[in-house]
Amino acid sequence: MIETNIPEFSIELLQAGDRVEFARMVEAYYGPIYRLALKMLGDSSDAEDVLQNTFLKALQYLPTFEGRSSFSTWLYRIAANEALMLLRKRRPTVPVDENPDDDEDGFMPAQFSDWCCLPEQDFLTAESKRQLDQAIQKLPETLRVVFLLRDIEGLSIRDTSEALGLSETAVKTRLLRARLQLRESLSTYYGERLTYRMNMETQE
Amino acid sequence: MSKHDQLTCHDILGSLGDYLDGNLRADLCEEIENHMRGCENCRVVVDTTSKTIYLYHHTAREVELPNGARERLFSALKLDDFILPKR
Ligand SMILES: [Zn+2]
Repeated sequence: MIETNIPEFSIELLQAGDRVEFARMVEAYYGPIYRLALKMLGDSSDAEDVLQNTFLKALQYLPTFEGRSSFSTWLYRIAANEALMLLRKRRPTVPVDENPDDDEDGFMPAQFSDWCCLPEQDFLTAESKRQLDQAIQKLPETLRVVFLLRDIEGLSIRDTSEALGLSETAVKTRLLRARLQLRESLSTYYGERLTYRMNMETQE
Repeated sequence: MSKHDQLTCHDILGSLGDYLDGNLRADLCEEIENHMRGCENCRVVVDTTSKTIYLYHHTAREVELPNGARERLFSALKLDDFILPKR
């Protein structure tokens, strides 16, 4: 699991408007929230907008926080909503076929290149990292947000479902589809690396 | 012989999420592993999906904020007096 060393906060102090506690909370969470926003939006300036709006909304809605979910899940929920809202504003015509739970065939594995065994250095290049980021951007946003919360931010299935207002079953389905789709994207790139390496070897 | 002996590739895909997250019953894990021994495609899909998750865990978490973003955030929240002690 992902190691987090985020301290506990006093909800009472936060709700009472304690500025020191609020500053501590912002200090602890601005990094993860920015990361989520950046990977949702793929643009640093949009991500900064989401970052600011998330904490402004948190400040505004703190009095209504009831503790039904953990505080971090509540904060991720605000951030995910802000990011999704910005994405929809950016692209006002939402395709009708947006529900990823309906279509099953698009998620069948099609590439079977066994690129796991590539040398470690091939995974550490700038190009490799760019491929990882691009693959995330290619995911439909409904899958992307699930993958980011669960596999990047390390929320549990349950916390992810609370943050997104989805059932745990829907989270699991979307997570699997996101992972398979990312695998497919990465297989294209790393599969080429593998072919390249194998050609090098036969030439030697 | 159990009735689960004939797992299809489609069945593997259906259990993949729980399998990768370590949430699958031991006997079901064993069935998946049995299937993978005889099905190269499924073995590759499981291995590369697992590697995909591993790569994102280990590289995608490093993100740098734009210059001044933290300061602008604190200002927007009227927390300017907390900007300095960056921990
Ligand atoms: Zn198979």
